[in-house]
Amino acid sequence: MQYLFYLFAAISVISALFVVAARSPVNSVIALIVCFLSIAGHYILLNAQFLAAVHIIVYTGAIMVLFLFVIMLLNLNKQVEPRKSVVTRIAAVAAGGLFLLTLLGAVKDGIGLARPDEYDMAVGLVASVGNSLFTTFLVPFEISSVLFLSAIIGAVTLGKRDKADVNPVAP
Amino acid sequence: MNEVITAIRAVPLEHYVVLSLILFSIGMAGVLFRRNTIILLMCIELMFNSVNLLLTAFSAHHGDPGGQVFVFFIMLVAAAEVTVGLAILVMMKRNVDSIDINQINRLRG
Amino acid sequence: MTRDILAALVPALPLAGALVNAAFRRSLKGNTAGLLATLMVAGSFVCGVLLFMGQEVVGAMHDVNMHQQDAHEGPAHVVKLFDWISVGGMDIPFAFRIDALSLTMVLIVTGIGSLIHLYSIGYMHDDERVATFFAQLNLFTFAMLLLVMGANFVITFIGWEGVGLCSYLLIGFWYKNPAYNYAARKAFVMNRIGDLGFVLALAWIFSVLGTLDYGEVMARASSIDTATVTGITLLLFVGAVGKSAQLPLFTWLPDAMAGPTPVSALIHAATMVTAGIFLLTRSSALFMFAPFTQDVVLYTGLVTSLLTASIGVFQNDIKKVLAYSTVSQLGLMFVALGAGAYSVAMFHVTTHAFFKALLFLGAGSVIHALGGEQDIRKMGGLKGTVKVTYVTFLIGTLAIAGIPGLSGFFSKDAILAAAYQEHPAIWVVSLLISLLTCFYMFRLLFLVFFGTYRGKAHPHESPLVMTLPLMVLAVLSIGGGLLNVPHIFGGHEAMKHYLSTAADGIRNERPELSATTEWTLMIITVALILLVILFAWNRFGKKATIDPEADELPFFQRLMARKWLIDELYAKLFERPYAWLSTQLDRTGERAVMVPLMMGPGGAANKAGQLLRRLQSGNTGFYLFGMVVGLIALLAWTLYNA
Repeated sequence: MQYLFYLFAAISVISALFVVAARSPVNSVIALIVCFLSIAGHYILLNAQFLAAVHIIVYTGAIMVLFLFVIMLLNLNKQVEPRKSVVTRIAAVAAGGLFLLTLLGAVKDGIGLARPDEYDMAVGLVASVGNSLFTTFLVPFEISSVLFLSAIIGAVTLGKRDKADVNPVAP
Repeated sequence: MNEVITAIRAVPLEHYVVLSLILFSIGMAGVLFRRNTIILLMCIELMFNSVNLLLTAFSAHHGDPGGQVFVFFIMLVAAAEVTVGLAILVMMKRNVDSIDINQINRLRG
Repeated sequence: MTRDILAALVPALPLAGALVNAAFRRSLKGNTAGLLATLMVAGSFVCGVLLFMGQEVVGAMHDVNMHQQDAHEGPAHVVKLFDWISVGGMDIPFAFRIDALSLTMVLIVTGIGSLIHLYSIGYMHDDERVATFFAQLNLFTFAMLLLVMGANFVITFIGWEGVGLCSYLLIGFWYKNPAYNYAARKAFVMNRIGDLGFVLALAWIFSVLGTLDYGEVMARASSIDTATVTGITLLLFVGAVGKSAQLPLFTWLPDAMAGPTPVSALIHAATMVTAGIFLLTRSSALFMFAPFTQDVVLYTGLVTSLLTASIGVFQNDIKKVLAYSTVSQLGLMFVALGAGAYSVAMFHVTTHAFFKALLFLGAGSVIHALGGEQDIRKMGGLKGTVKVTYVTFLIGTLAIAGIPGLSGFFSKDAILAAAYQEHPAIWVVSLLISLLTCFYMFRLLFLVFFGTYRGKAHPHESPLVMTLPLMVLAVLSIGGGLLNVPHIFGGHEAMKHYLSTAADGIRNERPELSATTEWTLMIITVALILLVILFAWNRFGKKATIDPEADELPFFQRLMARKWLIDELYAKLFERPYAWLSTQLDRTGERAVMVPLMMGPGGAANKAGQLLRRLQSGNTGFYLFGMVVGLIALLAWTLYNA
C-alpha cells in the first residue's frame, strides 16, 4: 500500500514542478492534468470514492479543458513570456521554501488520531457524502447554486465586448 | 471493516501533511515565479488541490464525512473562481494586449 | 415691575435694531434701515423718559424717608436680569442701576442718538452699505447704554469695550481707504491702553472690597486706605484718559474724523468720549478720598485742553477744528472733576453734547451741501445758501463760546468758578482756554459762512431729515442752561440736586463762591470773550484771512499748526520700535522656530508618504510576494510563541 502512495506522491510532486517550470502554457496544462490524476489516485487510496470521481470530472474534465480553450482563444502557444529577473526568481523559491519549512515546523510534533470506536465506516462512500450534503450541509448546497449563477453572470458580463473597445480603459 | 481502516491508516497522516505542504509550496513559488497569468491561475489551482488532499486525508483518517463535503464545496468554488478568473484574463488581454501580470500596474500610487 | 421692563427695553431696543439691520443688511434699503434704527433709539428714549418721570414719584416718596436711610445710599433701583458670574466669592449679576446719573446719561444718549440717527438717514442715503452703518450705530447705542446703566463695574466695562469696538467699526466704515483703517486702528489701540488701566482697577477693587457693585463700593469707599484708593483711582483715570482722549492718549480723536460725520457727532462728541467723565462721576465716592488723583486729573485736563485749543486755531479742516475743540472741552470737564465739581462736569457733558452734536451735524450739512468738501479755505459766503444750517451753526458757536443766556455760558461759567476755587491761576489758564475756544470757533464760523465763496461746487441746503435735528439741537443748546441755573441768577441748580442722589462726590462738593466773586469773574469773562469775537471778526469776518502754510509761520505758531509734533513723537517713540520688534520676532521666533515646528511634522509625514509610495508599485507580482512574506512572518511568529 505504501508503495502506491509513494508512487502517486512522486508523480504529483514532479508534475507540480513541471507546471511551474514549463515554458509553454500548454505543457503546463498537461502537467497539471497529470498532477490532478495522481491526486485522484490518492483519493482512491483514502477510500474517498465520490471525491475521486468528482475530482476527475470537475477539475480534469472541466476546468483544465477551460484553460485549454482560453489558451487556444488567446493564441498563447506561440508566446514566450519574458522571464522575471534572477533576484525575483530566487526570492520566489526562497519564499516557497521558507513557507514549507515554517509549516513543517508546525506539524513536527505529530497529529492525533481518532479512536476506532468513533469511526464512521461509510466515510468516503457516495451514500455517506450524499447524506451529509443533503442534511447537515443543505443550506450551503443551495447557496452554491446562487454562487454559480453569479459566476455565470460575471463571466458573461466580463466577456462581452463594448462598442467603444478602441481605448483600453479598465472597466 | 477494520481492514479498511487499517489499510487507510497504513500510510501515516504525517506523510499526507508533508505531501500537501510540498505541493502547496510549489504552487506558491509558482505564483511568485511566473508572469504568465494563466500559469498563475494554474498554480493557484495546484494550491487548492493540495488543500483538498489534506482535508480528505484527515477526513479519511478520523472518519468524519464533513471533511469530504468541505472538499466538495471547495471544488465548487474553485470552478466558479476559474470561470470568472479566466473571463478577467480575457478582458485583460483585450485591454492591455498582454497577459503579463506586471502589465497591470495602473494602480501605482 | 413695569420699571424693570422699561429698564430692560432701553438697551434691548437698539440691540434688536442692530441685529435686524445686520441680518438683512443686503436687502434693506437706506430709508427702511434708517427708519428702523431711529425708531428703536427713539423708543429707548421714550422708555427713558417714562423711567425718569416714574422716578420722580419714587424720589418724592423716598424724600420722606430720606433721613432714615443710610447717608451714602441714594435712591437707586437695581434691575437684575439674570445671574451672570457666580463662582467662588465672586457674584456679578447682569443688572442695571436706575438712578439719577444713569438716567441722565440714558436721556442724553438716546435723545441725541435718535436725532443723529434721523440725520443719518439723509446723510448716508447714497452709501452702498447703509444698513450696516445703522446696524453698527445701533450696536454702539446698545453698548453705550450698557455702559451707563450697568449696576456694577463689569457691566460698565462690557459697554466700555463695546463702544470701543463700535468706534473702530464706524471710524473705519469706509474701509477701502487705508488711511481710514489706520485711524480706526489707532483709536482702538489707544482705547485699549486705557482699558488696561480700567481692568487693573477693577481687579484691585475686587481684591480689596470683594465686590464690584456700585452701591456696595460707594458704601464702603471710606474704608479703604489712602494709598490703595489713590492707586485704584489713578488706574480708573487711565481708563478715562484712553476713552475721553486726554493727554497722552488723545491723538486718535482728530484722526477719527475719518469716519462719517454722524459718527463724529454721536461718538466723538456726545457719548463715547463722555464715558470717561461718567466713570469718574460714578466712582466719585472713591475719588473723594484720593486728593492726589484729583490733582492729576485736574492738571492732565488743563494741559490737554490748552494744548488742543492752541492746535485748533490753525486747523483748516472743518471737522478737525471741531475735533480738537472736543478734546479741549473734555479737558475742561476733567478740570472740573479734578476740582471736585462733579455735577458741574456732568452739566457740561450735557450742554456740550447739545452744542457739539449740533456743530458736527451742521458741519456735516455743509460738507453734504458742498458735495464732500471739508477744507474751510475752499468755503465761504454760505450763509445765504444754507440758511438753516447757518443759523443753527451760529447758535452752536455762540453756545460753545459762552455767550450769556445760552447753555454753554452756564456750564462753562460753573467750570471757571470751580477752577477759581481750586486756585486762581487755574482760573486764568481756563479763561485763556475759553478765549482760544471762542477765537477758533468764530474763525471757523466766519471763514465758512461769511465773505465770498472760494470753492467750485454748487451749494444747496440739506433736506429736512437733516435740518430737523439741527433745529432741535439748536433749541436745546439755547435752553439747556435751564437745567442747572445757579443761585446768583435765581435758579435752584436742579441738576446738581438731582444728580446728588446718585453720586457721593456731588453731595460733598465745595460750597459756592460768594455772589460778588462770581459776578466779577463772570463779567471779566464775558468782556474778554466779546473782545475776542471782535478780533476774530476783524481778521476773518471782514476780510477772510487765510493763514499761511505751516512752514511760513513764526516759530510758536508753526509748532501749534504742526500739532505740537505729538504724532511724530509717538511715531518715533512707539510705533517704530514696535514695528522693529515685530520684524525681529518674525525673523527669529516665527520663521526660525514656529514655522519649522508646525510645518516640520507635516513635511516629515509627506516624506514618509513618498517613501511608502514605492510599495504601491501597482505590480501584482510584487503584491503577491508581499502577501506571502507577510504570511510567513505571521506563521513564524505564531509558531515561535506557541
